[in-house]
Amino acid sequence: MLLQIEDVTKTYPGARPVLQGVSLSLDAGQTLALTGESGSGKSTLLHLAGALDSFDSGEITLCGTPLSGLDDTGRAALRRSRVALVFQQFNLIPSLTVGQNLSFHARLAGRHDPAWTHELTDRLGLGDLTGRYPEQLSGGQQQRVAIGRALAARPDLLLADEPTGNLDETASAAVMALMLDLVRDSGTALFLVTHSERVAARLDLRAHLRGGRIA
Amino acid sequence: MIAAALQALGSHWRRHPLQLATLLAGLALATALWSAVQAINAEARASYARAATQIGAGGLDVLEAPGGPIPLARYVELRRAGWQLSPVLEGRARLGEDRVSVLGLDPLSHPPLPALEAATEGDPETLAQMLARGGLLFAAPALAATLSATPGLPAVHASDRVPPGLVLTDIGVAERLLARPGQIDRLLILPGQPAGLTPLEQLAPDLQRRPSRTGTDTARLTDSFHLNLTAFGLLSFAVGLFIVHGTVGLAFEQRRAMVRTLRALGLSLRLLTGLMLGELLVLALIGGALGLVLGYLVAAALLPDVAATLRGLYGAPVAGGLSLRPSWVLGGLAMALTGTGLASAQALWRMTRMPLLSAPGLQAWAQRAARGERRMALTGLGLIAAGVAALGPVKGLIGGFALIAGIMLGAALLLPPTLGLVLRLGRRFARGPVGDWIWADMRAQLPGIGLALMALLLALAANIGVGTMVSSFRLTFTGWLDQRLVSELYLTARDDAQGARIAEWLIPRSDAVLPIRSAEFTVQGVPVTVYGVVDHPTYSRNWPLLEQTPNAWDRVNAGAAVFINEQLARSAALWSGDDVQLAPGWTLPVAGVYSDYGNPTGQAIVALPALLAHASAVPNRRFGVRLDPGQVPDLIRDLRTAFDLPASALIDQAGLKAQSLAVFDKTFVVTGALNLLTLGVAGFAILTSLLTLWSLRLPQLAPVWALGMTRGQLARLELARSVLLAAITALLALPLGLVLAWALLAVINVQAFGWRLPMYLFPVDWLRLFVLALVAAGLAAALPARRLYRLPPTELLKVFANAR
Repeated sequence: MLLQIEDVTKTYPGARPVLQGVSLSLDAGQTLALTGESGSGKSTLLHLAGALDSFDSGEITLCGTPLSGLDDTGRAALRRSRVALVFQQFNLIPSLTVGQNLSFHARLAGRHDPAWTHELTDRLGLGDLTGRYPEQLSGGQQQRVAIGRALAARPDLLLADEPTGNLDETASAAVMALMLDLVRDSGTALFLVTHSERVAARLDLRAHLRGGRIA
Repeated sequence: MIAAALQALGSHWRRHPLQLATLLAGLALATALWSAVQAINAEARASYARAATQIGAGGLDVLEAPGGPIPLARYVELRRAGWQLSPVLEGRARLGEDRVSVLGLDPLSHPPLPALEAATEGDPETLAQMLARGGLLFAAPALAATLSATPGLPAVHASDRVPPGLVLTDIGVAERLLARPGQIDRLLILPGQPAGLTPLEQLAPDLQRRPSRTGTDTARLTDSFHLNLTAFGLLSFAVGLFIVHGTVGLAFEQRRAMVRTLRALGLSLRLLTGLMLGELLVLALIGGALGLVLGYLVAAALLPDVAATLRGLYGAPVAGGLSLRPSWVLGGLAMALTGTGLASAQALWRMTRMPLLSAPGLQAWAQRAARGERRMALTGLGLIAAGVAALGPVKGLIGGFALIAGIMLGAALLLPPTLGLVLRLGRRFARGPVGDWIWADMRAQLPGIGLALMALLLALAANIGVGTMVSSFRLTFTGWLDQRLVSELYLTARDDAQGARIAEWLIPRSDAVLPIRSAEFTVQGVPVTVYGVVDHPTYSRNWPLLEQTPNAWDRVNAGAAVFINEQLARSAALWSGDDVQLAPGWTLPVAGVYSDYGNPTGQAIVALPALLAHASAVPNRRFGVRLDPGQVPDLIRDLRTAFDLPASALIDQAGLKAQSLAVFDKTFVVTGALNLLTLGVAGFAILTSLLTLWSLRLPQLAPVWALGMTRGQLARLELARSVLLAAITALLALPLGLVLAWALLAVINVQAFGWRLPMYLFPVDWLRLFVLALVAAGLAAALPARRLYRLPPTELLKVFANAR
């Protein structure tokens, strides 16, 4: 099992519980869509699965490593080597060029494969843009860079939080299709948070969060 | 409507209290250092003005002898011819432990002086006591207390109407204290002269009539000192304004969305601009008021040392206490308002030009600043060129300061493009993705932190420049003391008669006795002290000549030439080979020019017989004695026994050098303190920049954290980034500081004091300053780095959730 989430709860200080005993699992190469209302805890669950935040109780096991026993350094190492992230806001590094952004995570993880990065660049249609900076790209182009950056590191698990939420319908469909193709081709597991029923329907598995619980 | 708009605008500061504190702190620091300097200057100038009213001659003309003092006989002649005159004798004397100025006058004929009037009103016997044989000294309370405890002095009357450091007394008593019997320095020409008098030009053609200058002399002498302090205050003010500029710029950018909304809701741009101006006015007044309080405290702490410097260097009557002046308060607030206006003008102007539908964006602020780099570089080069060009047409100190201002401001503007270049070069040598990112990130951060780094550059350059100047000065001064203070022992006799006896006594007991005798002359309308020296190898082997003609010492010793000091050479444009008229009928060629540090006035050296031939009653009380240094203690003991000399009358070479160096060091205490404060302000500017950039920084750091770096690693990199930028800035500050040092030594010192100093380099001092700059930057970055290290992941995740 690549990702095992067991009875996880999470409460932010001064707020009511966001997650209440959530459990789900994901095998290597599988794709999972997590849907739910705004504020239902989708992003929080994705952040916990990506070792970005700590949970109150339960356990999350990622690539065989229980996250509850990891300190800050251990979580960072796991993120660096096993996980990749794509966010709605793209969150590229503004001081690096497109080319440098594309290879950044892979180099950080020590798995930089120039041929693979080059292939990704071509398939994402970024070949002419590698010398530009993120601020010089459109939203769709920026999200394609973010997807390329994530996959260039050949992660075991790709976590994507409403990756097309900032794009118009046409761009959204194109980017999503590209991402799913690349994920399947690379054998990477995908944990996708989305509002779109149409997108969710294209994935292997589907979970729905309501009031902090899997419905 | 206005209340609602104000509430909306004010909410920004409520949500960003740290930004508000930074803005007020920047304003307060800028105002504080400027106001401190102004308070010191105002106090000193008030002291000069007070002294002028307390001992001034009411604007009466005076008669003076160009070749020295006026003999008593000449005064008697003029009085007999019917002229109503009042004699004055003044000089410096050591009374007990204090070296004081003594002003002797005739209390019966001198125009009324406040101290005398108050004393005689209270006790009519005071005047009689003053005129009696024992005499009476008037002094300010602090000095009066010391003098009263000194044995052998006349009775002392404490009066707060006498300037500090001055003793006022009858001219007969002054003659004794100054050991100048029968001498008069000047004659006041009293009002209401009888009709039909023979003109003074006929009766006394050797005397010169000129307007009274009491008070203005001191102000003129100390002008350059105060101008230097003002320049330093202005530099500190400018460094403080960098903080204000950065904070206001960010605050306005952060409020662009709010301004856009308010305008969309129907508020006119004119009204919004007015409200924001009003807001800035209030902030400037609060920051200015805080700065005034801080400035007062700094001034009160520094003034005693400044007063001691002014008294020691110029004999200027300055008390050590500080009083609160309305003009100072208003001036400080005006500077705070002006500074706020200057620092905010750009941000306000941008806001007024902002289209109604312009999208807000913090990134846009940084990007626009980056685009301005090229313009800044060109402006910087232009300012440097203008500063250098100003040196030609703008003469004097103003030209010197224009040069420095042009170079400093120009270099500050050139800093961001230069740093950008260095960072681009650095990136070529970067290894690994983190190295790549950190160099690229530093480059991207430049617009945000650039102003603080400019402040650091200015502060460091000022430190290097002023430090190099002071250390070069000290090194030169020490070497010069070694040359000038060659005699193993210096002594001062009570009077001429005792001086003659001591000289005779010393001849068989020493290798040489060198009289130190001088008289006052006027060269090109400026008072010059002319020393007469005996023909002895001590002078020709050691005297610190900057330039000389062949056989210079032979010609001077023969009475056929004169040496002049550098101050006189520069002020009168007289150099070797030129002729100088020391008195009517006494013109000598200049045989050489010597360095004469620590003395603001002109000086010359001639052969002693030549001096005695042209000046009457030259005191013969001071001597330098050459002998085996090992015999000095014994000789001091024998001299004290034989002539009943006080300890203060005998001083060995080492003691005199130590005294001179102590005075020198005290002179630069203020400069050192201002240097350190300016560096502190620059460090604070870095801290405030990093803190105000905090909200911009997280969206850039969060993705890197998410990709697998720990908060600890990022915090350490943040720290390293600030220290590295400070290090590059410090390295760039070195050449700028050395250029500043050159300008101070070769331009400002020459204009202000009349001497040019050689420049020495002090790499150990630079290293110390470099480390200090790194520590300051490290400390400034430590707080934001610690904040990042302890930041909960939830806060970083908000970046991705678009909840910020």
